[in-house]
Amino acid sequence: MSRQGLKTMDQAQTVNKELYEFKNKRVSIMNKLMPVLLLLCASVSILTTFGIVVTLITETYHFFKVIPIFDFLFGTKWSPLIPPKSFGVLPLLSGTLLITVIACLVAIPLGLASAIYLSEYAPKRVRKIIKPILEVLAGVPTIVYGYFALSLITPMIQSVFGSAGVFNALSAGIVVGIMIIPMVSSLSEDAMSAVPRSLRDGAYALGATRFEVALKIVVPAAFSGIVASAVLAFSRAIGETMIVTLAAGSTPNMTINPLDSIQTMTAYIVQVSLGDTPHGSIEYGSIFAVGMTLFVITFLLNIFAQYIARKFREEY
Amino acid sequence: MEALININKLNLFYGDFHALKDVSLTIPEKAITAFIGPSGCGKSTLLRTLNRMNDMIPGTRIEGGIAIGGTEIYSDEVDVETLRKKVGMVFQQPNPFPKSIYDNVAYGPRLHGITSKKELDEIVETSLKSAVLWDEVKDHLKRSAFGLSGGQQQRLCIARALAVNPNILLMDEATSALDPISTLKIEELAQELKDKYTIVMVTHNMHQAARVSNQTVFFLNGEVIEYSDTEKLFSNPSDQRTEDYISGRFG
Amino acid sequence: MNIFQDANRKQIAGRRRTDWLLHMLFVIATSIGVLALCALIIDILIDGIVRLQPDLFNNFPSRKADGSGMKSALVGTIYMLLIMAPISFIFGVGAAIYLEEYAKKGRLTRLIQLNISTLAGVPSIVYGILGLALFVRLLALDRSLIAGALTMTLLVLPIIIVAAQEAIRAVPRSRRDASFALGATKWQTVSRSVMPSALPGVLTGVILAMSRAIGETAPLVMIGALTYVAFLPDGLRDSFTVIPIQVYNWLSKPQIEFKELAASGIIVLLVLLLLMNFSAILLRNKYQKNV
Repeated sequence: MSRQGLKTMDQAQTVNKELYEFKNKRVSIMNKLMPVLLLLCASVSILTTFGIVVTLITETYHFFKVIPIFDFLFGTKWSPLIPPKSFGVLPLLSGTLLITVIACLVAIPLGLASAIYLSEYAPKRVRKIIKPILEVLAGVPTIVYGYFALSLITPMIQSVFGSAGVFNALSAGIVVGIMIIPMVSSLSEDAMSAVPRSLRDGAYALGATRFEVALKIVVPAAFSGIVASAVLAFSRAIGETMIVTLAAGSTPNMTINPLDSIQTMTAYIVQVSLGDTPHGSIEYGSIFAVGMTLFVITFLLNIFAQYIARKFREEY
Repeated sequence: MEALININKLNLFYGDFHALKDVSLTIPEKAITAFIGPSGCGKSTLLRTLNRMNDMIPGTRIEGGIAIGGTEIYSDEVDVETLRKKVGMVFQQPNPFPKSIYDNVAYGPRLHGITSKKELDEIVETSLKSAVLWDEVKDHLKRSAFGLSGGQQQRLCIARALAVNPNILLMDEATSALDPISTLKIEELAQELKDKYTIVMVTHNMHQAARVSNQTVFFLNGEVIEYSDTEKLFSNPSDQRTEDYISGRFG
Repeated sequence: MNIFQDANRKQIAGRRRTDWLLHMLFVIATSIGVLALCALIIDILIDGIVRLQPDLFNNFPSRKADGSGMKSALVGTIYMLLIMAPISFIFGVGAAIYLEEYAKKGRLTRLIQLNISTLAGVPSIVYGILGLALFVRLLALDRSLIAGALTMTLLVLPIIIVAAQEAIRAVPRSRRDASFALGATKWQTVSRSVMPSALPGVLTGVILAMSRAIGETAPLVMIGALTYVAFLPDGLRDSFTVIPIQVYNWLSKPQIEFKELAASGIIVLLVLLLLMNFSAILLRNKYQKNV
């Protein structure tokens, strides 16, 4: 636009050219510099991922030079500190899985039921109060949950099951479950609220009652979102650290008895880093190998959840 | 034609808003009655009281009476689920469920307790035939209803409403989201259906009311201004406001 | 003619009963979450209220429970916040501005965006591992305040970026057009027209991210925030502790007195969180009125 404008002005001799000086150096430098600086900021996130991956791979590689990868992945005994040392990750995996399954057994039914209640049943006013309260559950620091598990849930479990120890998977699993309720409920509710009003109207107009609309129309229509929320919650439970460190114990144990003490991958990492492990030792390396396992699992689960949520969003 | 629906001094409030004012009407059986009027005049609100869809909007209050076939629909004698079974509804936007064509039509009968496969098959077929959709979909009943065109989806919704064997069919601007050809098909369908069903339609399109309906009701600001045979209302309206509206001076 | 004659009232009564039962079930399930939160708060208040005395704030931790305090932890938490807040604000908001205002909708942008949402799902302890390898060892920052703050910055960045992006996206197009139409450059438009409108939303996100950070324990355990610190950090390279670590330390001791201390430490932590969330809500409400 400016070029043509300028031509006309050249023809008109009386025009004061200074008025039409379209370049402003100071402004133009900022305008060119800022995008570069901002891109640098944005690349920090890429660098973080890069850093995580490189760190884990390098140290894990060193670890696998000493401990064969096969022994690590399929070994059934985890005894890194007490000789004879053994680095089979399965007990840590099974411990993690036990906690996660218990947590999901708590969180998925409760979270889904809460989501249905909030989205289909609750009057607006009730919903406005309950929703933020449930979301507070997600904001409570995990150390607080750890305290809650030790001081309230574990004694309750012990009074019901006499055989339960001070550290047991059940207590930690239940509390992790409570922590992830809002993940399930709020993401599922979002998915259910996204189901168009017109579908509900269609069902009501055929004489459906509320539960029929909720369970036969809304839940199926929102199913992918609900599954995605459950997968994310599952992944969150796997990565949870402080609750399991405090309440589940530190006994690598291949058991499915929820009253036993177990050790999760995360709790092991904490245990080693609390001690004074020298850099370069095999224990130090094991943190990274376990961390790598943890990272890969949660990463795949998160990608999976995003995939489900995206893939099935439109296509009912 | 016998009166099927009797509306007697009906007042409806959304909170403080007086949406329907002293509406009294009789709607004849096995005919098409059209509600017309500018948007916000209360025509859709009245339609939604006929199957009590307004119940679900918090803060709605109703005074006066609506009787269908002599039964007061807001009384304890009537379950709202049964009412809606007897008074089917088709909406502005086609709203098939995210299910197969078959399951869409079978949804209502299943709700009301029909489980036998044979019976359901029969209902699905007759309903789709009544909605003049059968020939287009009979070979892929298991396909998702979302694969149908807009007009087909709307006819599927009509089939879905017919599947629970209603007496009355409410059509809430059922063609406003459709192209002219699909609209024509639905209008023809309505003409056929009126032999068996009582049809009440809300339309923003005066020409449609003139083309399709037997009776026309003109609403303005929550009041019934004029109610008569369609032909008379459009050719010789008795109220100045009706004339202004149908001649396009407002609305 | 009564069209309701053939109504199957029994079947409908049954369906309504199911509806009522399920309704109750959903209410109960929802209240379990709420009740758990109440139980947690009451439990902590009962245990911790006795130790909530001046000693707790004035004293350093000691081997004896009586007179033991969390001065170093409280100060450590505040120092960490003071270091983190500006760094994460600059990088987080910078990244958000880039993604919303500058980035072309291409593969790189999609990659960055996908990467951010993936990072938000990485367990916090993995950030601890990264911090340990990168800041503590590679950059040889040791188990210092700055190493901890940088680790936590990486942890909260995705949260801040996403929140800031939402706030920037909420600024109406018309405001940008108005600025461009007056002859402003892109950066002038962003800095003087878009950002002032988005700022309250951005700040809300930053505060919420900070409140996430002060509750985090695992990454700091990893990078070796000490569990026993009887001094205040003096510089960026000093070792430090924070409230959750102090609570963890007290919780690992068998004596009941230390459990009470842990509970009172938690009360302090929760009050801090409450204050931060409250200010975030105030900000948000003000913001909603203005737009």
